[in-house]
Amino acid sequence: MHKMTFAEKALAYASGKQETQAGAVVTVEPHICLSHDNSAAIAKNFKEIGAANVRYPDRILIILDHCVPAADEKNAANHRDIREFVRKQGIKHFYDINYGICHQVLPEEGFARPGGVIVGSDSHTTTAGAFGAFAVGIGRTEAAAVWATGKMWLRVPETIRIELTCEFRRRVGAKDLALKILGDIGADGALYRAVEFAGPAVAKLTMADRMLLCNLAAEAGAKNAFFPSDKKTRDFLATAPKRYEEREILPDEGASYERVINYDLSEIEPGLACPHTVDNYSPVTKKAGTVIHEALIGTCTNGRIEDFREAAEVLKGKKVSPTVRLLVFPASTRIYRQMIKEGLAEIFLDAGGVLMNSGCGPCLGAHEGVLAVGEVCISTANRNFKGRMGCNEAFVYLASPATVAASAVAGTITSPV
Amino acid sequence: MKFTGKVWKYGDDINTDVLFAGKYTYTVTNPKEMAAHAMEDLDPRFAKEVAKGDIVVAGKNFGCGSSREQAVICLREAGVSCVVAGSFARIYFRNAVNSGLPPVQCPDAIANIENGETVEVDLDNGILTCKAGSFRFPAFDGEVQSILSAGGLIPYTRRFLGLE
Repeated sequence: MHKMTFAEKALAYASGKQETQAGAVVTVEPHICLSHDNSAAIAKNFKEIGAANVRYPDRILIILDHCVPAADEKNAANHRDIREFVRKQGIKHFYDINYGICHQVLPEEGFARPGGVIVGSDSHTTTAGAFGAFAVGIGRTEAAAVWATGKMWLRVPETIRIELTCEFRRRVGAKDLALKILGDIGADGALYRAVEFAGPAVAKLTMADRMLLCNLAAEAGAKNAFFPSDKKTRDFLATAPKRYEEREILPDEGASYERVINYDLSEIEPGLACPHTVDNYSPVTKKAGTVIHEALIGTCTNGRIEDFREAAEVLKGKKVSPTVRLLVFPASTRIYRQMIKEGLAEIFLDAGGVLMNSGCGPCLGAHEGVLAVGEVCISTANRNFKGRMGCNEAFVYLASPATVAASAVAGTITSPV
Repeated sequence: MKFTGKVWKYGDDINTDVLFAGKYTYTVTNPKEMAAHAMEDLDPRFAKEVAKGDIVVAGKNFGCGSSREQAVICLREAGVSCVVAGSFARIYFRNAVNSGLPPVQCPDAIANIENGETVEVDLDNGILTCKAGSFRFPAFDGEVQSILSAGGLIPYTRRFLGLE
């Protein structure tokens, strides 16, 4: 029998086959189809298709997060239209503005499970691969067709394997690794490819680390990203409702990889993606001293409790520079509560930070902290494209929570090490 | 299908934010209005001067970034007949097929095409002809071909469901 990668196996099983191979085209019925504030636009396409009802109301998951609470009348109308569609179609899993970012709420609510096939009308749907699922981003029309038919076609991707060894040094973490990988392989380094993370260091990575790496795999063009499930995965999901039958899928020993890349975590240093591309890598030390105006900790990339613990350690007893606005966006309300419980909320507030509600915030330039002409932001988010944070003459540096916290205090880009 | 049009040429890694800015995602919802903001942060001339049938030509990884389909719709509504690139980001490629805007992958031709010249793209035979010569690309097949020839995923799905 052909030795299969995770992607080959997951897509073989999902299409009712015993095996398949990279390059083949399969039809799958996803367990979950995720969407967010774009659900009204999907509903419009769905109406154009003309089906009276969605095929599987219990497989559609809608989580409002991109512009919550609504910034203006148009966004308010958008949310209203989504609520109305949800009610009319009997969509079973709807999370209004008070839950958090879809890529965090999805696993918290038990929708990301080993062996699950998750499609989402958002490029960072890859995040759920951290739970051993096959999770892939799609567009609006595609999502409408999945709502109508319950199915979609997928080409089985070739796979890049990333082997991780050793441990991170203090104040260095998964974000620094992800930015280094992006710098090394480029913004199209994993185009159309699956990414499998492997190696002895994987067991030591937290679920937050794994979600971050799967999240940023999208920035290298990956179709999906994958971590094998283990005790940490099971612990995370232990209290979440069981949404569908899970099936642990591991790649075969001897599966064929297009490329294998090795990283020694102890060699990773604090890193940046400099304006205006995600693969414009630089060690933090090389850009030290660059003046910043805004610092953002949070988003679907780095808005988890582990991220806030790290940033709070750096900020504790210190004050954010008076020339910097520090914005803090927990990825979910559950994390927000945990921050309060652990006393982290107070540390951010004492330091002069602004603790925002869970949501995408200014990451995509919609509201809550967009930039002005000439301003510089250091952010834990996942994109730094021109115009990304609402102004095409502003500059965004991507970094880890520790680096953003250290920079917020200094007022300039600063290494946390 | 064959397209002849004037070229608007751009570089590598043209991302969805410069194709259609994130700040408009939930406020600009009318396709015609989307066209008015096409490429706003990359080339402000584009939306004003683009003509029906024009062809966008770019380097590698065209449409990287967000899954936002407006980055396809804004070009289609602006009159662009097809996009020719060295490679496409995968969600963009799929969105383009689903929206009926053919994404033509022809890496060999890119360096030989000049901004502003008129090129011909023959989809059925997989031939791009420009001043510098003719270049081959693999013609669409399988699902991609079926969806494109139906005029996009909406008509394709209507047919699949027996709605027309």
